[in-house]
Amino acid sequence: MNKEWQPRLVAFFCNWCTYTAADLAGVSRLKYAPNVRVIRVMCSGRVDPQFILDALAKGADGVLVGGCHPGDCHYVEGNYKMLRRYHLLKRMLKDMGIEEQRVRLEWISAAEGHKVRQVVNEMTEQLRALGPLGLPQKFEEWDREVERLAADVHAREAADAAAACAGRTSAEEVTHA
Amino acid sequence: MPKPKVAFYWCASCGGCEETVVDLAEDILGVVEKVDIVLWPVAMDFKYKDVEAMEDGSIFATLINGAIRTSEQEHLAQLLRRKSRYLIAYGACAQMGGIPALANQFPREQVLRFNYEEAPSVDNPSKTRPQTVVEDNGRRPRLPAFRNVVRTLDQVVDVDYFIPGCPPTPNLTKAAFDALLSGNLPPKGSVIAPDVALCHECPRKASKPTDVAFTQFTRPHLTLADPGKCFLAQGLVCMGPATRSGCQAACINGNMPCTGCFGPTSRVRDHGAKMLSSLSANVAARDEQGIRQILDGIPDPVGTFYRYGMARSILRRRVDLGVNGNGH
Repeated sequence: MNKEWQPRLVAFFCNWCTYTAADLAGVSRLKYAPNVRVIRVMCSGRVDPQFILDALAKGADGVLVGGCHPGDCHYVEGNYKMLRRYHLLKRMLKDMGIEEQRVRLEWISAAEGHKVRQVVNEMTEQLRALGPLGLPQKFEEWDREVERLAADVHAREAADAAAACAGRTSAEEVTHA
Repeated sequence: MPKPKVAFYWCASCGGCEETVVDLAEDILGVVEKVDIVLWPVAMDFKYKDVEAMEDGSIFATLINGAIRTSEQEHLAQLLRRKSRYLIAYGACAQMGGIPALANQFPREQVLRFNYEEAPSVDNPSKTRPQTVVEDNGRRPRLPAFRNVVRTLDQVVDVDYFIPGCPPTPNLTKAAFDALLSGNLPPKGSVIAPDVALCHECPRKASKPTDVAFTQFTRPHLTLADPGKCFLAQGLVCMGPATRSGCQAACINGNMPCTGCFGPTSRVRDHGAKMLSSLSANVAARDEQGIRQILDGIPDPVGTFYRYGMARSILRRRVDLGVNGNGH
């Protein structure tokens, strides 16, 4: 079995266009990268930026949002809402140190099965080139700072207690005070 | 029966939260009458060893304000956690990181370099920086270690309740004390404040349009805000829709938009992302260029939407920063 790292791509596809296009890609027997995990939402306008951040924080290397072409939204305005959020979210993510190619918005109509294949393949290759984002591992690494301290505190308190028992004042008494 | 013991402690904070306790004014007498204050560094002379000598769990409630960045703060948070029955994160910094957590956008080295070398008010030609241990004529004075990451209190120790605000209002503080002392407490982990958005109690609520449709954004220092009209209707970023109420719209009444110090309601995980979502979805333009142009009116999305909530946000920190040595 190939144990090599594989990019993980989370995709939010709207029920009316892009998810249908992914179905079409399936019945048309188009092959595309198996790295994508598709989540169906009723509209790209339902994609809260919190979903995207959460996907990344839980280990996704990239997030793809697919919606109807402008003017085609089943709910009239939803895809425009996503488009506006996308622009500000991208700027915010850049300031937080996340590469631009990791989050992408695409308009894919129900007839564009081939575009699902093309976008998923493209993005998978881009993510492979970028390497893992690895946020869960990063959070763990950051928190080791605190675990180390907890161990330090216990060690110092034990030493202080021992010093107190021996009836002498610790040389480093109230070092924090 | 002995009076319940109460402790106050401050970590990475400005002192404003301590002010609020004093701002209880004559109500503080009612509090002092009912409790015994055993630690309050800003106002009273108790030593850490006095706390260390106490039995575990013997302090009834400890209110800690400020974010956690140094080893001393972590140490005291752990000590006070052990000694206290209820540990309360008091104020925006302890709850969400607050203003100090904006430093989570920068490497530790950059913070130290600016503060000890580059800041205009610094005169330090030898580029001396604080050390955790130095040798001084046989003495070995020590300073706390400065961490790479700014944290909320509950990222370091278990926290029972949160009192929001920058600073929390005297009313909320009093209500929290009343709840604690009467034993009429909400479930553990609750934020002791109303769980609805600020717009709910905003005096300008009636002037909030159903469809905001931003055509441009402006900023408080660039415009003279109409004191009777919803800030959003004036193109000013007001965090009210995504922020918990309970401040009695203090900033709004001072003709300043909400900057979000009370944090989100319980239904929202990431305060900044939610506000970003609400605000940008309401931009009027439909074409990419128009959208970009309007959103350019928000020059610093991170500082605007995560002004108080960076450490508590989903990402917590600029993700390409490390934790080794100088944060690279």
